[in-house]
Amino acid sequence: MTLTQATSETVRLLRFDRVQRSAHWVNAALFGVLMTTAIPLYFGSFFGLVWPRHLIAQIHLWTGVALPIPIIVSLLGPWGASMRRDVRRINMWTRQEMRWMKTLGEAPIDADKFNPGQKLNAIFIGASIAIMLATGSMLQWFRFFPVPWREGATFVHDVMAFAIFVVVFGHIVMALTHRGALRSIFTGWVSESWAATHAPAWLKEEKLKTGETD
Amino acid sequence: MSLSREVSPSSEPPKRINVGRRVFLGLAALGAAGVAFGGSVQNFIGNALGSGLGGLLPGGDHFRIYSITGTYPDISRENYRLKVSGLVHDARTFTIDDLEAMPKTAFVKNFQCVTGWKVPDVHWEGVQLSHILKVVGVKKGAVALTFESYDREDSESLTLDQAHLPDVIVAYRMLGAPVTTEHGGPVRLYVAPMFGYKSLKWLSAITVVDDVAPGFWEQNGYPVNGWLDGTVGPKNPDPELT
Repeated sequence: MTLTQATSETVRLLRFDRVQRSAHWVNAALFGVLMTTAIPLYFGSFFGLVWPRHLIAQIHLWTGVALPIPIIVSLLGPWGASMRRDVRRINMWTRQEMRWMKTLGEAPIDADKFNPGQKLNAIFIGASIAIMLATGSMLQWFRFFPVPWREGATFVHDVMAFAIFVVVFGHIVMALTHRGALRSIFTGWVSESWAATHAPAWLKEEKLKTGETD
Repeated sequence: MSLSREVSPSSEPPKRINVGRRVFLGLAALGAAGVAFGGSVQNFIGNALGSGLGGLLPGGDHFRIYSITGTYPDISRENYRLKVSGLVHDARTFTIDDLEAMPKTAFVKNFQCVTGWKVPDVHWEGVQLSHILKVVGVKKGAVALTFESYDREDSESLTLDQAHLPDVIVAYRMLGAPVTTEHGGPVRLYVAPMFGYKSLKWLSAITVVDDVAPGFWEQNGYPVNGWLDGTVGPKNPDPELT
């Protein structure tokens, strides 16, 4: 009973360690640069006299090449234990989570550290990095690919870019309307009461780990 | 059997499915299929919806504007001059009025960039390069042409044979209007059977010479003969190419 009372604003849990927060923000910065530079490159006809077009293209290119670095570095180093654990967590779904996602949040859920929507967002971003990197490389180093492939790569790069704009916009809206979760990507911490509401399964796990019981 | 169902589900961790791998591989497979067939899908969308609406779609066709120098030379119709010289009998400088007074050639053809994007069904109007060559009179010993741009950086080349192809034009109208500055206006080259980089923008001078001199993009590794089917010999492999 006393332990139930400890479920308060004062008790905190670490949701993202320093490595994860750095990886997130470096990745976000790279995405920001890529999306910002993508607009004048894509709508070239409308941006008529943008003088540094070549410069913008070079920034887009090399930011794109750098895109996988924060994720790879944060995953592979000896510092990446929690990153690796969370990737597993994001990949592995219970049937309940799949049902929740299929019903768009209607079905009941014993929420994990990340809800299925957040998991899907992370998986999509991961896949989009691979796809954009592959198709972007085909556009830049086109000499090694036949013309129909280059046309297809252009098509995929464009459609995927559109999807990324939609998903990132949604991600930002969700972040701004969910302050507890947003705070944790800045500070790393969530309150235990936040976890009890938004991630009860994770909270239980953490308590088992630290030897606490309900 | 029934006993196992009696076991409380909370006592053992629920079975998990690797959704991450499924979604990742699924998207990757979609991406690969898009690379393989995306070009035809895009053409289909463009054809089905018309270039107007197709141009609004993320996969829709439109021009990607390239400029070597980072700026566009801004030449008014009044100040525009096309200088034609070299191995010719009558070196001339043409105004746009001069060009428009020549027999007009108009057709609808794709603009295909070597990097993979394509704008289908672009309307072109201008004068056949072969006609300009006839006006100035090509001297014996002439083999090729070099082209210069008002941007002072770009240059191009064509053999005399290539220059005489019927769909190689000096264009002053494009997309149903005078060629705009970003598209290389007021006058540009359009070499229909080759990739876009051969269609030099802001055309300022044509020189008839006795040898092919690789242009800007060719010096940067592109084939001198950029036929749309990927062949790089001087001769057009397929007269029906475009």
